[in-house]
Amino acid sequence: MCLALPVLVVEKVGDTSAIVDLGGIRKEISLALVDGVEVGDYVILHVGYALSRLDPVEAERTLALFAQAAQFTAPESA
Amino acid sequence: MKYIAEFRDGDLARRIAAQIAREADRGRLYNLMEFCGGHTHAISRYGIADLLPPAVRMIHGPGCPVCVLPIGRVDLAIRLALDQGVILCTYGDCLRVPASNRLSLLKAKAQGGDIRMVYTPADALKTAQAEPDRQVVFFAIGFETTTPPTALVIREAARLGLTNFTVLCNHVLTPAAITNILESPEVRELGTLPLDGFIGPAHVSTIIGSQPYEFFAEEYRKPVVIAGFEPLDVMQAILMLVRQINEGRAEVENEFTRAVTREGNLKAQALVSDVFELRRSFEWRGLGEVPYSALRIRDAYADFDAERRFRLQTKPVADNKACECGAILRGVKQPRDCKVFGTVCTPENPIGSCMVSSEGACAAYYSYGRFKDVALVAQAATQASFLDPAQAAAAVAANNGRNRQEMP
Repeated sequence: MCLALPVLVVEKVGDTSAIVDLGGIRKEISLALVDGVEVGDYVILHVGYALSRLDPVEAERTLALFAQAAQFTAPESA
Repeated sequence: MKYIAEFRDGDLARRIAAQIAREADRGRLYNLMEFCGGHTHAISRYGIADLLPPAVRMIHGPGCPVCVLPIGRVDLAIRLALDQGVILCTYGDCLRVPASNRLSLLKAKAQGGDIRMVYTPADALKTAQAEPDRQVVFFAIGFETTTPPTALVIREAARLGLTNFTVLCNHVLTPAAITNILESPEVRELGTLPLDGFIGPAHVSTIIGSQPYEFFAEEYRKPVVIAGFEPLDVMQAILMLVRQINEGRAEVENEFTRAVTREGNLKAQALVSDVFELRRSFEWRGLGEVPYSALRIRDAYADFDAERRFRLQTKPVADNKACECGAILRGVKQPRDCKVFGTVCTPENPIGSCMVSSEGACAAYYSYGRFKDVALVAQAATQASFLDPAQAAAAVAANNGRNRQEMP
């Protein structure tokens, strides 16, 4: 029910709507819940509404965190 | 797809698992509850339980809105469609929830009820505009993630001055449910449900932020790590919880920083509080009446409240006696402790709500073969014998056929 997906905003439609790309599928969604979304942003899409903007810097940081946990483990598991 | 594929890397998952195994103290148990059905689904789907060391035990929480929706509320929706002739719009997840008299919304539709599945509440609003002579009711369910879109359509209906659109509101609140579990006798007095920490919701937290969980960390001394719904997010959150427990810390940490802030989505919160107010009490399947755990539509928007327009009264209805959904939703039992799990209760023919939504613990176990401990065939047939024997035999036969396919 809380299923939501990261989608890429490819086109703004007025102030509160946008066309997003979801693995090749284009769909119009509402931006009424999130201010300041621009083309090129990723947003989390739920039941036709963007819930929040994805922060690319934080995403990189989280991926780095995974790599760090994995790095410690690599020598022992190898 | 970006922000999905890189969070599903199997090699990295195994390495994080090795790190968890290295850091987990073998002399103790780590009882971790994932509140959300989204996490329950990820844990089953990606086989996360099999990657974890024996010291780490995952307990499935009640964070599946379809699962906690009590029968009485589904009955209201069914009666609206069948007796009042409304167009009842709802999310697909709700359609197969078992209700009274062996009905569900899907079966009511087969009986002639005008029940329509919508992807978004905006579609329910469009239906009301397209059919001005019919009453359209949106049967709204969901946690904080799903509430802001409902608030938006209610405001939009008010702006348009629609007189044929109402919402039957079943929106529920995460923190109230966590409190209910922490205050339950199983946790506080009996000690039958040991809880050492929580994996906090992903998408709920994009709206409410990480702040509301601070109370649980401070007051109950339980660490909380908010995590995304991808498998690596869950693995990393488990590692973070193991570290907190090892170090004797009870803090709110956020693994899902790419989408969740401490404050959450303030715009959405303002919208929700404009349209909704707390209910004094609301019935949850499994948890019973939980004080201040759900929302109702404010007086200012009373014209859009289906409960008021149709003078609805919820009658509590007991679950099927054979069903263990209640105990499973409280974290006290696992799906395989239920006698009807995988025998008569399957996703095709759900007896309990936890078998309906893919986020339900039973549906997640069933769909991803996590029922290895269930003795099948003969025993299943005896257990199911309290039902119609022919039906039980057919169910067992169908089930065995499926098992052979899924469990080589």
